[in-house]
Amino acid sequence: MTVEPGGATTAALHRQAGQADQAGQAGQADQAGQAGQPAQAGRPGPAPGRSDEPDGLIQLLTPEGERTDRAGYPLDLSAADIRGLYRDMALVRRIDTEAISLQRQGELGIWASLLGQEAAQIGSARALAASDMVFPTYREHGVAWCRGIAPAKLLELYRGVSHGGWAPEEHKFHLYTIVIGSQTLHATGYAMGIQRDGAVGGDRAEAVIVYFGDGATSQGDVNEAFVWASVFNAPIVFFCQNNQWAISEPLEKQSRIPLYRRANGFGFPGLRVDGNDVLACYAVTRKAMQAAREGQGPTLIEAFTYRMGAHTTTDDPTRYRLASELEMWKLRDPIERVRAYLVRTGQASPEFFADVDAEADKLGAEVREACRTMPDPPPLAIFDDVYAGPDAIGAAEREQFAAYLDSFAAEGDRR
Amino acid sequence: MTRLTLSRALNEGLRKALENDPKVLIMGEDVGKLGGVFRVTDGLQKDFGEDRVIDTPLAESGIVGTAIGLALRGYRPVCEIQFDGFVYPAFDQIVSQLAKMRYRSRGNVRLPVTIRIPCGGGIGAVEHHSESPEVLFAHTAGLRVVACADAADAFAMIQQSIACDDPVIFFEPKRRYWDKSEVEVASDVADALPLDRARVALEGSDVTVCCYGPMVRTCLESAIAAREDGRSVEVIDLRSLAPLDMDAIAASVRKTGRCVVVHEAPVYAGLGAEIAARVTEQCFYHLEAPVLRVGGFHTPYPPSRLEEHYLPDLDRVLDAVDRTFGY
Repeated sequence: MTVEPGGATTAALHRQAGQADQAGQAGQADQAGQAGQPAQAGRPGPAPGRSDEPDGLIQLLTPEGERTDRAGYPLDLSAADIRGLYRDMALVRRIDTEAISLQRQGELGIWASLLGQEAAQIGSARALAASDMVFPTYREHGVAWCRGIAPAKLLELYRGVSHGGWAPEEHKFHLYTIVIGSQTLHATGYAMGIQRDGAVGGDRAEAVIVYFGDGATSQGDVNEAFVWASVFNAPIVFFCQNNQWAISEPLEKQSRIPLYRRANGFGFPGLRVDGNDVLACYAVTRKAMQAAREGQGPTLIEAFTYRMGAHTTTDDPTRYRLASELEMWKLRDPIERVRAYLVRTGQASPEFFADVDAEADKLGAEVREACRTMPDPPPLAIFDDVYAGPDAIGAAEREQFAAYLDSFAAEGDRR
Repeated sequence: MTRLTLSRALNEGLRKALENDPKVLIMGEDVGKLGGVFRVTDGLQKDFGEDRVIDTPLAESGIVGTAIGLALRGYRPVCEIQFDGFVYPAFDQIVSQLAKMRYRSRGNVRLPVTIRIPCGGGIGAVEHHSESPEVLFAHTAGLRVVACADAADAFAMIQQSIACDDPVIFFEPKRRYWDKSEVEVASDVADALPLDRARVALEGSDVTVCCYGPMVRTCLESAIAAREDGRSVEVIDLRSLAPLDMDAIAASVRKTGRCVVVHEAPVYAGLGAEIAARVTEQCFYHLEAPVLRVGGFHTPYPPSRLEEHYLPDLDRVLDAVDRTFGY
């Protein structure tokens, strides 16, 4: 383990990941239980979320920006590639910052910030092949960026102009899904379709990646998706961003074992990666997706990360978590460690960082402009695209509502 | 023409769909070797293989959720929910995902998923095996909801539902599975009555009785009995519950001046309420009496020893018909 001037150590990170200290207490609790003395109500047994495997966390870049190696996860990225990952992360963080401001200014109804999860999203998304299919939650702005979804399309949803509205197959990026965990089943079904298309193994092999959070792992749909993927050996990677918080509920409300170990019970491999390490997220996802494409079935990746912002712009994290926790995670910032690495190894010049900053400024201005000039849809758009075929009910209601609107024509155009 | 049970007609319709389109899949619990608990999928896995007739794990949300994913990939899954009362674990996937995906995508996505649900009571079953949840789905925009009543319609409507680019909730009247009628299995489904159209099951002139699914036979029997009282009952088999074929209903009511709606589902906030409201609005000056409703009570489905009292039967339909002449 390394100790760096920043104060954080990989040992500390492992301890956080594994709750090793609490694991000791847990053993005592177990013994107490065996002695016939039930543990305190609501707090029985071992500490939740603990890991028995301090080496479980796969990391290729320490929080201080030091490269480490991990057997089985060789990194095939050039300096330009890593600069590209840095650029992606910096730009999506800017989109996120701008969106929060736009919400504060009344331009967006709500925004779900990805702050702190840039490495998990960019690392995993850049590891995908163009033909792979992605199923996101509503926070995958970094993944959307990598799949070519214009930031304005995301703003449409959060401004209330549409519920999404992009063409999933065009980007191989499904619509944002707001009901927690539902998309894991869609992704699994899609992967079963890939199998039936004969697109597993060989040159034209495809696979699916589905994103979800730590809270979602409690949902029935996610557990059903694990069952389906396992028994059908579907070409899918379950990418869980464990950002430690499901709105106000900490991980211990969801699980008493590390999330990645859930996979074992379903019969496929699970692993835990440092979710703030873009290189590790890239390497781990690349390997798991390749295994899926080759017909080796599903993998669960738990990206151990942290939601540095609020759940959404309507949330107030000060009510349920300590500021010191955030301060600790700031030392593991996913972008800063790449910058430190690039600077230390001379793989990026000051001009590069200045260029990225300038590009981010330009992107930010474009995002603000796109949002502020985005028109509301016309009222009758309410009725569009409910059915593919004839819709007698909707057609009649549309006609009635259009006539109603027209009745106001004298008072001014409401259409 | 061949004389088939309703269950067999569904089987033949599914077989045709599997033959005609390689993207059609069947998935559900026990649909493979067993052929489904009602044998509707009998022999299909043997002939079309395990990749197309899929025995799934026992989880209804999983069945519908993965069917959505398969549809996104270009397939046309036909899900079997084993019994009406087992659909609720899938309710979220149906209402929040299946019904809304096209709207969410601004028309970029289509989900041609058919969900077959054996529905209704009358078979002496235990709890959760006799329900009529159709209105929950009819209330949800984005879904088409249909109910077949006899073998000929079952054969055509299941193929039409599978060919439809919208999600279809397909209700099968389980106590009529063994009823036989003539089916033209060589016929082209393109020639059949469109899926969203009602059918005049029996012409009459004094009162219109609207019904669907298992109640069609009950209402036809009631109509024959009513002749003894000198009353001519027109029976409309709605077939499509969402959308309703209001043109057919209104045309009949304008002719008869009276309307009774019959369903097994509870009367309260049921499909009869929607029909009554629309008939009142569209046929007000033709009505001789208020629209009456006959259906289940606002109770959970009772133990089977009581179900004959719960389910509308010939006498309860005739009672309502009589009452429409009391105004």
